[in-house]
Amino acid sequence: MRQMITLTINGKKYKAEEGQNLLQVALDNGIEIPHLCYHEKLTPYGGCRLCLVEVSNRKKTTMTTSCTYPAAQGIKVETDTPQVRKARQRVMEMILALAPDSPGIQRQAHDLGIVKPGFTVESDGCIRCGLCVRACGELVGLNTITFACKGAKRKVEPPYDEEAKSCIGCGTCVVICPTGCLKMKDLGEERRIDKWKRVMEMKKCTECSLPYIPQPQVEFIMDKALEKPPEDWFQKCPDCR
Amino acid sequence: MNRLTSVSELNRLHKDTAAKRGPEKPTITICQGTGCKAYASQEVYKSLEKEIASRGLTEKIGLRGTGCHGFCEQGPMVVIFPEEICYCRVKPEDISEIIEKTVLEKKVIDRLLFKDPVNGERISRESDIPFYKYQNRLIFGKNRLIDPQDIQDYIAIDGYKVMANILAESTPEEVLEQVKKANLRGRGGAGFPAGIKWETTRNAPGNEKCVIVNADEGDPGAYMDRSLLEGNPHLILEGLIIGAYAIGAEEGIIFLRQEYPLALENINLAIKQAQEYGLLGKDILGTGFNFDVRIKRSAGAFVTGESSALVTAIEGNAGEPRPKHLNTAISGVWGRPSNINNVETWANVPVIMDKGVDWYKSIGSKNNPGTKVFSLVGKVNNTGLIEVPLGTPLKTIIYDIGGGIKDGKKFKAVQTGGPSGGCIPEQYLDMPVDFDQLNQIGSMMGSGGMIVMDETSCMVDVARYFMKFLKEESCGKCTSCREGIHMMFNILEAITEGKGHDEDLKLLEDLAWTTENTSLCALGKTASNPVLSTLKYFREEYEAHIKDKRCPAGICRELITYAIDQDKCNGCGRCQKLCSHEAIEGKKKSPLSINTDICTRCGVCLEVCRFSALVVQ
Repeated sequence: MRQMITLTINGKKYKAEEGQNLLQVALDNGIEIPHLCYHEKLTPYGGCRLCLVEVSNRKKTTMTTSCTYPAAQGIKVETDTPQVRKARQRVMEMILALAPDSPGIQRQAHDLGIVKPGFTVESDGCIRCGLCVRACGELVGLNTITFACKGAKRKVEPPYDEEAKSCIGCGTCVVICPTGCLKMKDLGEERRIDKWKRVMEMKKCTECSLPYIPQPQVEFIMDKALEKPPEDWFQKCPDCR
Repeated sequence: MNRLTSVSELNRLHKDTAAKRGPEKPTITICQGTGCKAYASQEVYKSLEKEIASRGLTEKIGLRGTGCHGFCEQGPMVVIFPEEICYCRVKPEDISEIIEKTVLEKKVIDRLLFKDPVNGERISRESDIPFYKYQNRLIFGKNRLIDPQDIQDYIAIDGYKVMANILAESTPEEVLEQVKKANLRGRGGAGFPAGIKWETTRNAPGNEKCVIVNADEGDPGAYMDRSLLEGNPHLILEGLIIGAYAIGAEEGIIFLRQEYPLALENINLAIKQAQEYGLLGKDILGTGFNFDVRIKRSAGAFVTGESSALVTAIEGNAGEPRPKHLNTAISGVWGRPSNINNVETWANVPVIMDKGVDWYKSIGSKNNPGTKVFSLVGKVNNTGLIEVPLGTPLKTIIYDIGGGIKDGKKFKAVQTGGPSGGCIPEQYLDMPVDFDQLNQIGSMMGSGGMIVMDETSCMVDVARYFMKFLKEESCGKCTSCREGIHMMFNILEAITEGKGHDEDLKLLEDLAWTTENTSLCALGKTASNPVLSTLKYFREEYEAHIKDKRCPAGICRELITYAIDQDKCNGCGRCQKLCSHEAIEGKKKSPLSINTDICTRCGVCLEVCRFSALVVQ
């Protein structure tokens, strides 16, 4: 157990574990801070810049992302100053311009008072938040995809933009994507994730002959699971088991 | 060569090598830096070697290939000591004359001397050339005295003496105190006091500490660090060893830009020689201090010059900055306390420790002691690397050292601080150049780039150029930096193409604010400077582009037309021959005209016309 410290958020004192990220401390205490690239199960990234807050440590006040700032004794945090609101709105405008058709992003933008961005950019709907990259690496343990290129050309790709051969089609990336720009299609005997150029054969249930799990996923689980399922576990689908 | 095991052995070697050089011995030095090499200075060196050997003068005349002298546009530079006669643009065929006349007969060859572009005067002594006369080359001046590939040359000019004395006689605390008192400010850009950084690393918990040389110089047109590493690598090593001693580090890393092959060669050689001489490694000069250095090559990205991105790059990851609440001085490479300083900062250390704090503080301006190397380029008569005391007025740099604006044109602005610096207009020409003053007027020191622009530079186009550079060099992690710079570039490009709108300026200011205030690292935080400073000082140019669809400087292609002055054109047909679009019409020997429908405004005709008959409207 790490040491408990006291910090101030919006003038009220709260207790938190030392080093815990400020965003989580705020969320745990019911203080809403908009965020997109943060997920409690993943390493904070600080890329989307939505969760900006003002932190005063000793005499210095800086605007910084709350998801990457560690809670420390005596710091003062302001989550809703005019400066912070302005910054979030401007950043949200950029994010909305990247994913104008995503209902999730539209909703978050609306909450910040942004209906339509003042500019348009060419975009594939991805906001480069990196949740899929971190989820694949940290939750699934596969690191199938990564960021490629820098600057405005930055994008998420399988290595060398070839088929993501190590992808098992688990769909974690698809579920975690906040914009819905990642799509996974189940087409009977195969599962496709076009963005990773991946097509997988589906394993059929021997009972009802329904294709229900990608073959590579079965192999992955049989190989990596700490407690191995019985040999014939994947012969039948969950409904027939 | 046997390892030197004590300070007295180093002193003995110094005496021997210095005696061998002899101050009166005629010595020909020729620059072998990257700039002069591009002018085939290697060939000149070979010819010199051959000529001296064929005349049987090898014992009597010294020959030395040195690092960069700074005046690269006049290369290859040959300086003959002890008279210090400087020859510019020397070709292999000039060699036998130089040896015959100048070295043996002590006569000056007029045609090879530097010709002042301002008054046409020929100048023979190197230090009388205006480009050098107004400089104070504390750091850079030693380049011309030594062969960077020979450690004995460096030892002969008191090299490693300061370091040896410190290791033998001073405590680390004393060294730290001196550097703090000298108020040496980081020369990489931010101007943070090096002493305070050193102290933070020294006091940080953890035994394995690390000192790093940031040699990932990336500003377009700037090459100060390259020339120092190429020309005097031991000076940087000496500074690094002194720093490591003060900080208590046993490991040094030189983070070298990918695109610097000669610097890599010379610093590698310098490290190897220093190791052989016992100046690096275990128990340096018998003092019990252990320290070694290795090189890590950068991955070729501008952003890795930023301290935390540099750390991630050294660790082998993509160079992306880390959250700033953790200082690299406390937790740097692999979590170890790491002190990162720029090449030039390290090069200042031996000079300070040698000459003393009071002397050092007597140079430069208040709170900005010492000198700074700048890369003076653009529309000035003399371009190259210059070293001046901090606080030198811009006017001195541009008009005295730089010899004023080329072709008698009018000064418009000077861009300092590399791509994320700002453009400074004429009204600030008297301003002393130092860290604080530059920040105050919306530019910055950066690593010392200085691009001079004249009336033919379009400031909107300049801002567009820098945004294009930064758009490609942003790592892309932060939304605000990635999208903000991209959007600013798009808007600027539209303005230069005559597609600007009235509300664009407001949008530019908004985007600049967002990029500046919400990005993580210094790249994003300063990226708006070119836009903000040009908007502040040259707003009327933006307005001319947007409202009148006119480019006052005649640069933005979509907004200009070329025409031929019928009174001046004599129909020589030179432009007609070279126009690749056949847009120039008319018969030879009578005035020609341009078909603006076909003309792509490439500007070839303007360049080749000998009668100034082409007009840009």
